[in-house]
Amino acid sequence: MLTILFDGIAYGMLLFVLACGLAVTLGLMNFVNLAHGAFAMAGGYITAVLMNRMGVPFLATLPLAFIGPAILGLVLERTLYKRLYTRSHLDQVLFSIGLVFMAVAAIDYSFGSQQQLIQLPTWLQGRIDILGVQVGLYRSFIIVICGALVVALQLILTKTRFGSRLRAAVDDPRVARGLGINVSLIFATTFAFGSGLAGLGGALGAEILGLDPTFPLKFMIYFLIVVTVGGTTSITGPFLASLLLGIADVAGKYYVPSVGAFVIYTLMIVVLVLRPQGLFERAR
Amino acid sequence: MSTNIADYVSATLTRRGRWGVGEILFWLIAAATLYFLPERHLILNEIAIIGLFAISLDLILGYAGIVSLGHAAFFGLGAYTAGILARNGIADPLLGLGAAAITAAILGFVTSFLVLRGSDLTKLMVTLGVALVLGEIANQASWLTGGADGLQGVTMGPILGLFEFDIFGTTAYAYSLTVTFLLFIVARRIVVSPYGLSLRSIRDNPLKARAVGIPVNRRLIAIYTLAAAYAGVAGALLAQTTQFVSLDVLAFHRSADVMLVLVIGGVGYLYGGLIGAIVFKVLQDVISAWTPQYWQFWIGLILVIIVLAGRERLTERVRTLWKGVAGRTAKSPDTLPKTSAREV
Repeated sequence: MLTILFDGIAYGMLLFVLACGLAVTLGLMNFVNLAHGAFAMAGGYITAVLMNRMGVPFLATLPLAFIGPAILGLVLERTLYKRLYTRSHLDQVLFSIGLVFMAVAAIDYSFGSQQQLIQLPTWLQGRIDILGVQVGLYRSFIIVICGALVVALQLILTKTRFGSRLRAAVDDPRVARGLGINVSLIFATTFAFGSGLAGLGGALGAEILGLDPTFPLKFMIYFLIVVTVGGTTSITGPFLASLLLGIADVAGKYYVPSVGAFVIYTLMIVVLVLRPQGLFERAR
Repeated sequence: MSTNIADYVSATLTRRGRWGVGEILFWLIAAATLYFLPERHLILNEIAIIGLFAISLDLILGYAGIVSLGHAAFFGLGAYTAGILARNGIADPLLGLGAAAITAAILGFVTSFLVLRGSDLTKLMVTLGVALVLGEIANQASWLTGGADGLQGVTMGPILGLFEFDIFGTTAYAYSLTVTFLLFIVARRIVVSPYGLSLRSIRDNPLKARAVGIPVNRRLIAIYTLAAAYAGVAGALLAQTTQFVSLDVLAFHRSADVMLVLVIGGVGYLYGGLIGAIVFKVLQDVISAWTPQYWQFWIGLILVIIVLAGRERLTERVRTLWKGVAGRTAKSPDTLPKTSAREV
């Protein structure tokens, strides 16, 4: 029971790291980016390829799994995404679906359609017993890393100059621009950072979520659930939503496997219909 | 004054209701392919079905402005309805079509209340969620749907008791084309009616539409239900003509594909779906013959390019081209600048 809770929390933390970049693009820039999972997949593949083909140790691949997608995100944002900020949501959806299709086919072409397996270092394998609860070492590792990230993000957003500029740019881009804040630079940085986080999440999650070319499509809905249910104006909303989703998903799969993902989708619809602005937001 | 406007509107609608030369030619060519392209009937059949499916999406997206990422829900429900009926001995195709239309319409009516609220994003998520829930149900209820193995043993009786389905797909194509044509006429009648005009005004500005006394919610519920029935019929056609239903009919890529079809052909006029279906299927055929596994990449690239190049401009160009073919000079309200459908 507690093990399930623990696994659920680890899963939820992972989802948060994967999805928080999307929370930024969707919430801050009002951009429906269905291709977010593609950045996560890029991170996962960087780790898998570096480890399996070049023998780079797992931990050393993680920074690269962050930097690679971040650069990719920056380039795409500067060249393509920024043209679409002012377009209709339909255009954004079509554009990002196109990107997803391309990413899926390109990865399939380069690495084949099979699952990519990564071999965790031995000190992260196995389970230990803490106060009578079976705890997976790798999952504790994920919780520690993601927990640290959550705290860091929250601090950046609330305490630093960049954070306050970002919040200003989000609240009202025009006024922020008028005050001399370089809104497009901030958006580009944030987009790159969010893509990097997704990449990191993809790398960390390769072991738990699995990694194959259809990754962006399979997990797209999870990211969107986190963001739409959690609301998009703060870090805590998506964070709580991902924890809930993670625990519910793990528990659901364990206790009522026949119902499958049904409950989560239904819950999402109910939440969206009753509270379109998100579960943890005040109605505006 | 008001009678003048009423006269003007009804005159415009009547004029737009007339059939152009190009349109008649389009359908004549479509009918001619029955005789002239006998070896292509299987793919033509798919084109007719996808075309009908795209018309259905166009009714809600192009005319009413409801964005949907889950239109496959209705398509799949129709396919499963027709398939399950046929497997259980009710082999009459038309009966199957009717049943599929009704079940899909019921689902459309029920879920239409969900898409009345919220922003575009909420609508996208809710429609996507509905399709996912249905897909999950079809996956789990394997006693009814065959689950991941697909629905086996669908055998169809002859249409109207006269025409047996043949192996070359000729009957199937004639059947799908006829159904698509009949439903197209109905859709065409609807969009040039005052009701269709009110839908466009809702799409362009829901707030203003409400202010001038259009019952926005009722109109949207009606068109959503109708579009669902159309999609259900399209799904049923696919199930009946291929005599097989798999979970694929409810998959996400089907909703995405139909959106792509519509975008290629142009949103907001009925031939968009049909032209898009032809272009899409031919493209898919050519590209997948060339690079079987990775044709999705090129489809994705096309989508990205279309969006970057400006979807509206492209649509406008196709439409002016079409108008030229159809020999029309009317400047229709279509050409008014479209306000974004973002919520106020």
